[in-house]
Amino acid sequence: MLSATAIAARVRSGEFDPQEVTEAAIRRLEARDPQVHAYLDPDLERARRCADAVAETLRRGEDPGRLAGVPVSLKDNMAVEGATLTAGSRILEGYRAPYTSHVAQRLLAEGAVLLGRTNLDEFAMGASTENSAYGPSRNPWDRDRVPGGSSGGSAAAVAAGIVPVALGSETGGSIRQPAALCGVTGFKPTYGAVSRHGLVAFGSSLDVIGPIACHAEDAALVHDVIAGHDPRDATTWTGERPSALTERADLEGLRIGIPEEFLDDAVDARVLERVSAAIAQLEEGGAITRVVPKGSLPSMHLAIPVYYLVACSEASSNLARFDGIRYGPAREEAAELHERYAATRAGLFGPEVRRRILLGTFSLSAGYADAWYKKALQVRRLILDEFRALFADYDLLAGPTSPFGAFKIGERSKDPYAMYLCDLLTAPACLAGLPSVSVPCGLARKGAYKGLPVGLSLTGPAGHDHKVLAAARAYEAVRGAPERSPLQEDEA
Amino acid sequence: MTTATRWEPVIGLEVHVHLATSSKMFCRCEARFGAPPNTLVCPVCTSQPGTLPVLNAEALRRGVLAGLALGCTIDPHTKFDRKNYFYPDLPKGYQISQFDRPLCRDGRFRYRMPDGADREATIVRAHLEEDSGKIIHPEGMDLSLVDLNRAGTPLLEIVSGPDLHSPEEAMAYLQELRRTLRAVGAGDCDMEKGGFRCDANVSLRPAGTETLGTRTETKNLNSFKFVAGALQAEIERQGAVLDGGGEVVQQTMAYDPVSGRTRPLRGKEDAHDYRYFPEPDLPEFRVDPAWVETLRASLPELPHDRHARYTGELGLSAGDADALVAERELGDYFEAAVAITGRPKETANWLLTEVLRLVNERKIALGELALGPERLAELVQLVDAGGVSVQAGRRLATEMEVRPDATAAALAEELDLVQVSDDGALRALVDEVVGQETDVVERYRGGNAGLLNALLGSVMKASRGKADPKAARELLLETLGPAGDG
Repeated sequence: MLSATAIAARVRSGEFDPQEVTEAAIRRLEARDPQVHAYLDPDLERARRCADAVAETLRRGEDPGRLAGVPVSLKDNMAVEGATLTAGSRILEGYRAPYTSHVAQRLLAEGAVLLGRTNLDEFAMGASTENSAYGPSRNPWDRDRVPGGSSGGSAAAVAAGIVPVALGSETGGSIRQPAALCGVTGFKPTYGAVSRHGLVAFGSSLDVIGPIACHAEDAALVHDVIAGHDPRDATTWTGERPSALTERADLEGLRIGIPEEFLDDAVDARVLERVSAAIAQLEEGGAITRVVPKGSLPSMHLAIPVYYLVACSEASSNLARFDGIRYGPAREEAAELHERYAATRAGLFGPEVRRRILLGTFSLSAGYADAWYKKALQVRRLILDEFRALFADYDLLAGPTSPFGAFKIGERSKDPYAMYLCDLLTAPACLAGLPSVSVPCGLARKGAYKGLPVGLSLTGPAGHDHKVLAAARAYEAVRGAPERSPLQEDEA
Repeated sequence: MTTATRWEPVIGLEVHVHLATSSKMFCRCEARFGAPPNTLVCPVCTSQPGTLPVLNAEALRRGVLAGLALGCTIDPHTKFDRKNYFYPDLPKGYQISQFDRPLCRDGRFRYRMPDGADREATIVRAHLEEDSGKIIHPEGMDLSLVDLNRAGTPLLEIVSGPDLHSPEEAMAYLQELRRTLRAVGAGDCDMEKGGFRCDANVSLRPAGTETLGTRTETKNLNSFKFVAGALQAEIERQGAVLDGGGEVVQQTMAYDPVSGRTRPLRGKEDAHDYRYFPEPDLPEFRVDPAWVETLRASLPELPHDRHARYTGELGLSAGDADALVAERELGDYFEAAVAITGRPKETANWLLTEVLRLVNERKIALGELALGPERLAELVQLVDAGGVSVQAGRRLATEMEVRPDATAAALAEELDLVQVSDDGALRALVDEVVGQETDVVERYRGGNAGLLNALLGSVMKASRGKADPKAARELLLETLGPAGDG
């Protein structure tokens, strides 16, 4: 499969026919999706309509845009008018979005072909897609394993070579962790760099949309397209936003710190081995790398509890609208109004969503909010300050994206806390709102994750999205093209 | 001691005012009353997944205007919070409101009692929030319907301190508040359209003490009459409880206007835990103090101050001043006219009688009258100078309204309304009346002094209203002499 950059160039030059490009992607989807269940709704007709529109634009002699004819899949928590928007939940089964999200508008405006909507953990709550009400997706590297989550469907679709790029959303690790587990690039922008307009809310102060791509260059291209101020999202940045695609991709002289806190005991030794090798490659590329002794991020060990308190508190409020009055399949009538709410929500939300709503409701309750929600906000502030202090000395921070590789389906799903540990290394940057990318850095050579991809995480200061993506591009140039999943190998 | 003298009521009012914006608070839907159900809605105000609020700057501006008029401090850093609760008229499952950083706080608000006495109430806070939708229970049907047209329309919640000590004070406060908010353009305060709704906190304490008793909150009082009724009923109910040695229970009450009683809606133990937390979709924002000062400078004279000036400096009666400050347009009309005439009492009189008569007869707004303040001033001056009689002036007012092109003097000429004060012409009229009404003249001379007015009336009638009544009266007296001499 060609990169998005290559497809767009050839469609724009007339070398490729966008309708043929789309049909090829549809054939890949039809052949491979049954093996990975990346899609909740392939919505092939919409893709064909998009391709027709691009072809029509070309016929008029106009430029379809920077993503001309590029098939892009959206996680099924981003609204496209008339399309399904399940958020992986029964409660939104059959719902059709009455408007189009900012990111989808931006993609369409640049000639992208929207190809289907991908699977996710219900309301993006999870790290494996096992919490999807519509069944888990599977990892293209090993179909007995999870693709990670919550943007597991998008990561699987890209790793399976169905589309060169897909959009994911991240609250605590949901773009970078599945990207790492599927051996692709996943970029979480600075909070506020990309409009959340049309993104089904989970933890509003953390949620952000970003690309998952085979190549870092494609991630930069798509980020450039979707980022920028949107008056419909009051939390989007209004300031200057340099291009991530044209930023010079050079590791020379880049000061990269590796906080010891990122090399937690919980990190698998074989994962660490790959990451150490990647750091050596960064050094070879000209970067100045240094392990920062323990103590630079003293509050990081609290990131998981703080993250779950903040995200769940916000989620308990964000999900209140799903009260059974306007959303969800018809349910049996309860005598009393509040009984009806309870029956609907107990019946249509999955166990993880219910758990998080309960946790968040408790954390915000009178008499408890001071000890939980407000305390969590204070620690969140500390984490941000600690990161800021580190960026006085370092341009970027590096470490493993995930403490472990792709785990088996069912391996962690019975133990919520074991699942929460998936966010161990990604939640801190989410709490601090920092841009962070996971780039593939090879396959584990031994151990439980032998032969499975490992992700290297590069994190920068807020607003340095272009620098983080430039570093990812430079790293890919130094290391060479990422390994392809067995499903993509079939292509050759 | 009676219940009423034994216990002193302590009343605090929470007033929800619809801010007069053309669109809703967080989306661009029209904010209007009376449209067919669910026609003024969009993905944002129906809370479709993925939608986000965007603050309407006009709501903020009108909120600041209101806060300034209430003597509040405007917080330069403010934020929104979510108030979480489930109800079918609340589509998000939370209301965007302000919790610990209200836009306006610590105000002092002067209001006038019906007897003219001045009182002051503190304004604890005034904050912005969005309104809910409406639930409709169709008669004879076992279902409820939700109309979201109102959902997301901007409100200002104004919370007074516990500074009101009688239903009369509460009513005077509310009326002054309504006049003031209308005068500064914050809201229309139309009670029938739900634009001015009141919750009343009431407690009693032993007269002469400063303690605060246990309070109840009576919700959703949407007319002045209901507020007065509910306060009276609740004060009496609590007084009876306390007189009987009982304790007032902290609870939420509802007022039933039919029975004239309050009844418990829910107790403290059923009180909602609203789980307030900062609205993550709307970052904390700065309210530029320089902008606030610009708004302060743009505030019109407030009704309370205007009233004081009218009764003081201008020497108007309290009643006329009341009428003039009731609507800002009326006061502004008066200001414009009196600036020309320099005769406040006469100008107020003509405005409140003849001009308002025209408004009522023609069923149009004051501003739409052809008889604007400059032309009314012409008329007042013409009457004042003796150019036309008061009676003729009334007719002239009507004519001026239908003849916007003509001046008062020209019209008086044209319609032959110019006052007859010329001695010869008047004397002829007086002689004519005295000659005709011999019977009346006889009784007048017999001692019935009051009949002079009847004779004067006949002179006026004979002149078709044009006679100068003062001159005519003098001539009559001269002709007939004092009553009772004959």
